[in-house]
Amino acid sequence: MSEPVNSIAELKPGTHYRESFGNSGLVVTKLDDLFNWSRLSSLFPMTFGLACCAIEFMSTGSTPYDMDRFGMAPRATPRQSDVMIIAGTVTFKMADRIKRLYEQMAEPRYVISMGSCANCGGPYWQHGYHVVKGVDRIIPVDVYVPGCPPRPEALIGGILKLHEKIREESILNA
Amino acid sequence: MTESNYGQAWGEVLMFLLGGLLFVGAALFVSRLIRPNRPGEQKLTSYESGEQAQGSAWVQFNVRYYIIALIFLLFEVEIVFLFPWITTFTDQSAQKATGGEWGIWLALEMTVFILVLALGLAYAWRKGFLDGVKPRPQTADFKPVVPRRYYDKINEQYQSR
Amino acid sequence: MRDMEDQLLSILTPIAHHPFHAVPDSAPYTLQLHAQDVTRICQALQQHDQLYFDQLSCITGLDNGPEANTLEVIYHLYSIPFNRSLALRVVLPREAPELESVASLWKSANWLEREVFDMYGIHFTGHPDLRRILMPADWEGFPLRRDYQHQETYLGVTVKY
Repeated sequence: MSEPVNSIAELKPGTHYRESFGNSGLVVTKLDDLFNWSRLSSLFPMTFGLACCAIEFMSTGSTPYDMDRFGMAPRATPRQSDVMIIAGTVTFKMADRIKRLYEQMAEPRYVISMGSCANCGGPYWQHGYHVVKGVDRIIPVDVYVPGCPPRPEALIGGILKLHEKIREESILNA
Repeated sequence: MTESNYGQAWGEVLMFLLGGLLFVGAALFVSRLIRPNRPGEQKLTSYESGEQAQGSAWVQFNVRYYIIALIFLLFEVEIVFLFPWITTFTDQSAQKATGGEWGIWLALEMTVFILVLALGLAYAWRKGFLDGVKPRPQTADFKPVVPRRYYDKINEQYQSR
Repeated sequence: MRDMEDQLLSILTPIAHHPFHAVPDSAPYTLQLHAQDVTRICQALQQHDQLYFDQLSCITGLDNGPEANTLEVIYHLYSIPFNRSLALRVVLPREAPELESVASLWKSANWLEREVFDMYGIHFTGHPDLRRILMPADWEGFPLRRDYQHQETYLGVTVKY
């Protein structure tokens, strides 16, 4: 068994680094761990690149930051995606479509709110009559990634936070 | 083959069929146990990039797709006829028996067959049945007010070398 | 610039039904017109062979505030053959502001006028498709007016922070 004491493990003390198939042959005992591991290892994002945060999302997919190593291959359709990354300003005109697309996603589904505008309305919080002040007024959000725009490392940090959240799930209360 | 061997052979086919059904059924059943099941009204609507889908999805397709399918089918049948011909063409015992004439006659027959079909293809091509795939662009009915010569000066200025 | 000014005044004065004047110290050169004259003068500006203002660059709306109680529409024109810019300004009353559409002269006016309608509420008569372009179709109010207060909720979502 390896000792991967890296910075990710230090963020939340007590998280065991669970072995999986192909690393050293050790099999996880609980069924929950298996399902959660398989779900978090291939989170297909449905990109909702609305504004500048979309550019940062795109560069997260590029080679220096590479979200594909986390198993995240962007899908254009809500039917095949697991996580919806709202990257950019949400206007009222777009809010209707976001709600419909979120409802068309199949469970288990998660939402990452990326950037100030999606978190709380961003720089348009005061005078933006056309901006929804935070996408959580429309759909339930799992992880908020702050930044304007957040750097790709910050988005990857948010994705890993979502991984932590998925690890706590159980099929009993699915 | 005797009667019992025949039945036994079909029995093996049945085993394979059942095994296949079992594998697929087990996989789907296990998925059904694991996955969350929360059907919703919006989930069952068709995907239209977030918009409300309007009208029926059963639209009328342009007839050009039917023509392409038809022509494809004809040439596909031609290919199907080529396969048994190949096996008889390369039959060594027949070649030896006729002293080489077998090969020549067969080649001639197949050439005639292919030429007839090529003639059909040429007809379809010339008549424009294959052209129908490209839709013709519609030009706008815009009539410019300014005569073209007034733009000569600026066109010359930005002429690429 | 004096030549263009004189030329414009000499060509447009017989055409206009109402008096118009040049706005002093304006860049680009701006003429203030009466609302009824806009289509007439725009047509002359586009089609007269010494003017040929063939590009409508922008249509802007303006709100002069509650004291003056007027709205304005400003057309920015540009002549590609002669490389000249011109602006036309029209002052409208705040209640029921109306103007005739120039979408028949310049196709770009279609969306530009829709934007002015969406933001200021100025109605363009004769426009082929006058509806909101930036805000959602069922939004209440005209956002860029000085006395605009945004609505409380839109489709159940609170607008305010």
